[in-house]
Parts: sequence; C-alpha cells; structure tokens
Amino acid sequence: MKRLRVVVMASLLCGPWLVAAEEARSVSQDQHVDARLKQLSLELRCLVCQNQTLADSHAPLAEDLRAEIRSMMARGLSDEEIVDFLVSRYGDFVRYRPPLKSTTWLLWFGPFLFLVAGGAALGIAIRRRQRLLAEASPSDDEKNRAAPVAAAEEIHS
Amino acid sequence: MTRFMVPLAVFAAVAAFLGVGLTLDPREIPSPLVGKAAPDFSLPQLQDPQQVFSPRDRVGQVWLLNVWASWCGGCRDEHPFLMDLARSGVVPVYGIGYKDRREAALAWLGRWGDPYQVTGMDDSGRVGIEYGVYGVPETYVIDKTGVIRYKQIGPVDEETLHGTLVPLIRELQKQ
Repeated sequence: MKRLRVVVMASLLCGPWLVAAEEARSVSQDQHVDARLKQLSLELRCLVCQNQTLADSHAPLAEDLRAEIRSMMARGLSDEEIVDFLVSRYGDFVRYRPPLKSTTWLLWFGPFLFLVAGGAALGIAIRRRQRLLAEASPSDDEKNRAAPVAAAEEIHS
Repeated sequence: MTRFMVPLAVFAAVAAFLGVGLTLDPREIPSPLVGKAAPDFSLPQLQDPQQVFSPRDRVGQVWLLNVWASWCGGCRDEHPFLMDLARSGVVPVYGIGYKDRREAALAWLGRWGDPYQVTGMDDSGRVGIEYGVYGVPETYVIDKTGVIRYKQIGPVDEETLHGTLVPLIRELQKQ
C-alpha cells in the first residue's frame, strides 16, 4: 500500500514535468513549422493585395491561407506539394517568382531582347557616326596641301 | 526621315502595349480550375444545418455556384441579376455562404430575397480555398459532368448575365 502511495506521489510530482517536456518539444516543432511557413509564404503572393507576399499581408484571406499551409505541413506535405496545391487553385499568379514555361518566355527573356536590340541600335549609330566623321575629316591630299602653310605660320610666329 | 520614323514607331509600339495594359483588370486572374472537376465538399445547409450540401448531388444537370456573403458589397450589386436568373428558371442557382454568420446570412436573404436552391455555409473558408476564391462574389458555371466551365470573379452584371452566362448555360444544357 505504501509502495502504491509512493508511485502515485511520484507520478503526481513528475506529471507536470512530463507535461512541460511535451510542451517544450511542441514549441520547438512549432518554431520549425513557423520558419518553414515564413520561408514558403515569402514565395507566395497574397491575392487580395497583389503586390504583397503572403508573409507580409494582413488580409483575412492571407491569414486563412497561412493557416491552411500550416495544416498541410502538419499533415506532412512537402513545400513543393503545398505550392502545387495552391497553384492548382489560384494559378501561377500565386507564386511570386513566375515559373519558366512557354507562356512566360517573353517575361523572362524580354529584357534580354531589349538589351540586344539596344546594343544593335548603338552599334549601328556608332558605325554611322564613324563614317560621317571619316567623310568630314581631311584626306591625306588635303593634309599635304595644308602642311606647308602650317610650317610657314610656325616660322612667322 | 528615318531619323524620326524609328523613334516614333518605337514610341507607338510601347504606347500600344501600355494602352492595352490599362484596359486589363489585374484582379481578373485566369482560373486554373476552368476545365477541371469542381472540387468536392459537403457543407451544412444554411436553412437546415442538419442537412449537407454537396456538388455530388448536382451531377447530371448544369448549375450555377455563387460564392456570397452578407458582409460583401458586390454581392448586393449582383443580387437582382441572380434573382432574375432564378426566377427565369434557366438554371438552378446554388450558394456558398463564405465566412459568414448564419443569422446574418439568413437576415440578408430575408431582406433582399433568396435566389438559391440551397446555400452551404463555409464558415472557415476552407471550401473557398479549394475553389480558389479570393474576392467574393465569385460565380462558377458547372456542367452536367461536374466540370467547371466558367468562373466569374466579381459581381455578375447585366452584360455578363445575358452576354456570357446564359448563352454558355444553354449551350451546356444541349450537350
């Protein structure tokens, strides 16, 4: 009977510690989930205030989506699976970085097209300018005729 | 001459692109759900929470699913058109009450009229996420096989109702 009482006492005393340990673990797990959620929601767009990420937005839908992502994480879904789910519901627009595919080629490579076009225009302009300068500058023949005059001027000065 | 024509042509091209860009509504994001099966759900009915509302029960007919809420201003704007549509009997209209309170939703329908055969209450917004809802009201046309054929973002107006929705619904009903 005494032994039983000791066991009961011990378990009562230990109980809170066990609970605390349990809580401590879930907090650290929460921190891990929080970090993942933060990372992921920086890559996702809030559809209500479209120029904010899901991480920055306080719109009710953004809060719902964060809660949804958290529950998907709790169900053990990978980041990729979560993004795929959201894209299947909201379209590619939900991603802050548009994926590289045939419909987004112009978006990704458009700036380089402009760079090439600008470079070509610059090249043509420089070449034309050089040609005009060559036409305007004196020929060797003209230089030869000008040389004695310049020499004479030097003597006079 | 080309000295002026080239910059002018570049300017005209940029102006044309920007001009078209101005007429587009950035809120209208093409839905990836069009052409896909309507996500399944079962929600408690507004009038009778013991009963559930599920899209499975609608297979075999063309129907309209309207996501609404008593707190949503655009829903009030489109409401007369939904009433007209429901009265005309062209298509049955079903509702999802999005993040709304039961009493508020019932009061709203009591005041303005109820165009819905059934409204399912999505308190948490979970079904809204399944349907890619990001701005209420939104309206879906779902065909006989349960595939979403059209999604309207924002209020239904005269033009979308008679120009787009009704012709599409009649077409789908023939299939």
